[in-house]
Amino acid sequence: MKIVAIAFRYLWSRPLAASLNLLLLALGLASITFVWLVSTQMDRAFERDLAGIDVVIGAKGSAMQLILAGVFHIDVPTGNIPLSAVQQIEKDPRVAKLIPISLGDSFRGFRIAGTTAAYVAHYGAQLAQGVLWTQPMQAVVGAQVAQGTGLAVGNTFYGSHGLGGGGHVHGDFPYRVSGVLAPCGCVLDRLVLTATESVWRVHEKATALDAEDQKAMEAEREVTLALITYKSPLAAVSFPRFINTTTEMQAAAPAVEITRLLRMVGVGTEVLRGFGAVLLLTAGLSVFIALWNAVRERRADLAMLRMLGAPPAKVAGLVLAEALLLAAMATALGLLGGHGLAGLVGAWLQAERSLPLTGWIWLPTEWWVPALGAGVAVLAAALPAIGAYRLDVTTLLNSR
Amino acid sequence: MIRSAGLAYRYGAGAEIVFPDVDVPQGQVLLLKGPSGAGKSTWLALAAALLRPSAGQIQVAGQDLAALPKIAGDAWRARAVGFLPQKLHLSEALSVGANLAMAQWAAGAPDDAQAVRDTLDALGLAELARRRPSQLSGGQAQRVALARALLLKPQVILADEPTASLDDDAAEAALKLLSVSARRSQATLVIATHDGRVAAALPDAMICQIGPRRTEGAGQPS
Repeated sequence: MKIVAIAFRYLWSRPLAASLNLLLLALGLASITFVWLVSTQMDRAFERDLAGIDVVIGAKGSAMQLILAGVFHIDVPTGNIPLSAVQQIEKDPRVAKLIPISLGDSFRGFRIAGTTAAYVAHYGAQLAQGVLWTQPMQAVVGAQVAQGTGLAVGNTFYGSHGLGGGGHVHGDFPYRVSGVLAPCGCVLDRLVLTATESVWRVHEKATALDAEDQKAMEAEREVTLALITYKSPLAAVSFPRFINTTTEMQAAAPAVEITRLLRMVGVGTEVLRGFGAVLLLTAGLSVFIALWNAVRERRADLAMLRMLGAPPAKVAGLVLAEALLLAAMATALGLLGGHGLAGLVGAWLQAERSLPLTGWIWLPTEWWVPALGAGVAVLAAALPAIGAYRLDVTTLLNSR
Repeated sequence: MIRSAGLAYRYGAGAEIVFPDVDVPQGQVLLLKGPSGAGKSTWLALAAALLRPSAGQIQVAGQDLAALPKIAGDAWRARAVGFLPQKLHLSEALSVGANLAMAQWAAGAPDDAQAVRDTLDALGLAELARRRPSQLSGGQAQRVALARALLLKPQVILADEPTASLDDDAAEAALKLLSVSARRSQATLVIATHDGRVAAALPDAMICQIGPRRTEGAGQPS
């Protein structure tokens, strides 16, 4: 018989205790896996979406809100800014690249963003089908949008007013899908992209009373915000202050705001991680108690093994094997549970058109989960195993 | 074969127990008699290399146990000694068959399902291989424990109070099975007992009286 088979039989000779300990250990490992998966993917998503964006310019208001709305598309924007002001800034020698973004409409909960081809190029997104827009009222949809709405090249659709969906439908202005983006793992996946002019056309034509009114509106054209890349990092010193003091707009540095955000969210992940650690500790104690009792109950069984010729190390090894077997099963369950939960939360977030999160990835840090499980098992089994090692066999002969 | 000379053991700072000399040829039966607490268990522990004598010599199955290191003692015991404890100590977590296979594992012997089947068969236990020890009668359980002792074909079988809780008929049957099994495998059989029925049932056995009554003389056929 193999030691694992024997350990397994011994373990399941007390099914209730074994399953409870398995559950406790698995819960601890699952919560730690879950925290790792979520925080890593969140960091990655933020990093990916932030890459290359040095500053965001928009209407005055909350800087955090501006970043969340403009870079991650998970909050409403602070307002609009005049196109003329943006064009002025584009000429500023400190600005290397400026991407205008106009928000306001959505299609089935996915935001329609009026922008330029530079936005697609910025994230290095590739087209899965079709081509980029070449004229107003053509749209390119992100991978997640295509998947969620079934839009394909050649389809037409109507945007509805507002970012949440359910607003007034701009029934006279159909968009035609000219292309579908391949998944990029970035914010573009859940956006409908179109030319900035499309957004103007939809809103101006919809509200203009006559040709003269239309002209007046064209003179007051606006965009929602602009993403800016500096020519040199030195610009960070003077540029935001220049915007904030000399214009009616505000400049927000994503790096600063995201650090602030992650610090706030970080409390949550720390709490969850601490919770996982407490669960693991409890599981360790519980396994310890179970093994301790098992060794006491089976004192005679183990002494019999010694009598049958097993060296002390072999008997201690059997106790250790029991704990490690439990840990191995708990690790499998815990990883499965953690990934399952991450997948579930990811599906829910996707339904909310929010951050991308999946359970189908394997992080290198997750190799620590089996190590953690084994560590807890070894710690819990140490004293019982020593007890088994030091077992006095002659008690077997004196049990009168 | 078991031979001892001047064998003694001292528990800590307590009084030394001195054992009578024995010389049992291979295949013979030795009865270890004496009241509870006289030292029968200690003698068994010495013969199984679980304890080291504080004085004297003991040779079991051709091995001088006084000189045997501890780890080597485990390996030697696995090969040479079969043990039938009074309380049987069959593991409730394992089936009858697995209890025997456990003995192979403990001894570091390779898995041998055939040997397990043969041994159970020889004691009429073949149908019980899949049962749990709790599903056996007292007599069946003792036979399983005996099968475990015999499995690795030891040269010496140590039986601790095998008749303690049995009625006369069962005790006689158990002793008969024990001595027949030992003879069949050419093993030396040692029975530690304070039960008078054992000596009566095994008239050919040598007797070693441990403790106060020393009238019969040690190591002599009765």
